[in-house]
Amino acid sequence: MNCTDFLAKLTDYFDGQIDAELLTEVKEHLGSCHHCEVVVDTTRQTIDVYRGHQPYEFPDELSSKLRGAIMDRCRKHVETTVGEKTSAGVK
Amino acid sequence: MAAELSSIDQELEPTDEIAVDSTEEAPEGVAAEPHPDVLLVEQARAGDTAAFEKLIRQYDRQIFRTALHITQNREDAEDITQDVFFKAFQKLDQFKGNSKFSTWLVRIAVNESLMRLRKRKTSKTVSMDQDVETDEGSIPRDFAEWRPNPEQTFSQSELGDILRKTIAGLPPGFRTVFTLRDIENLSTEETAEALGLSVPAVKSRLLRARLQLRERLSRYFRKAATPA
Ligand SMILES: [Zn+2]
Repeated sequence: MNCTDFLAKLTDYFDGQIDAELLTEVKEHLGSCHHCEVVVDTTRQTIDVYRGHQPYEFPDELSSKLRGAIMDRCRKHVETTVGEKTSAGVK
Repeated sequence: MAAELSSIDQELEPTDEIAVDSTEEAPEGVAAEPHPDVLLVEQARAGDTAAFEKLIRQYDRQIFRTALHITQNREDAEDITQDVFFKAFQKLDQFKGNSKFSTWLVRIAVNESLMRLRKRKTSKTVSMDQDVETDEGSIPRDFAEWRPNPEQTFSQSELGDILRKTIAGLPPGFRTVFTLRDIENLSTEETAEALGLSVPAVKSRLLRARLQLRERLSRYFRKAATPA
């Protein structure tokens, strides 16, 4: 297994979706190739740093503001559709 | 290093438009145990708005963040969050429970977000496929090890800036896959469903997104070079 082969398997390796035989080859390559070892290590850190530091806040006030607005629209929608159904039924 | 990396992406399905309504066609009655959301959806469909409100509480954060990651614009993300839930409410009948309700919502959110991007950049079309043909940045070049704890080198706000700036530099098609799969923790299959992509296409984009982010973050996080 060379570096290109290894990279092609990187996603499956991270996801643990790799069969035993291939895993042995992957580990062998990792043991002998410092570059790929660094790539694995720093890619893992890339994922971890994004998971650990949600770069966007979603404060409670915003959540309730949005929820209020959505529910208003939904209730209006229910009223108008019920209204339509009723008037259609009357016809 | 990876000269053949470009071949990985060739089985891409062209999908510049993602149809919101076309997913629920699998045979009914196969699911073993219904997800708790299914009950809430049924109640909401029957006119119980409180049930729908519960669903909003559960997923508003995820929808907001997804929209923000794709559009990179807070106001857009707020509007999109409202639109997504309102659209979902109007289309509840179309949700058949073959996919998770959250995946269905994310799919609507992705559509809405891409539409916003298109509106903003009037001259350029924006799609999931934009810029994904390029290998630029997907081939590892920086093999420096990183400092173990970026928290010790950067303040929270500096780190936040770095992370935002870095992910904003990715093409939307990569950014979205990374967001759903790695930040929002959707499975590969769910990500594929939410984006209307094949599983191999998701894997290929995820690989490139991760490698590009890694390469860019390396500038900040690499260990200081030892003086020669
Ligand atoms: Zn290697």
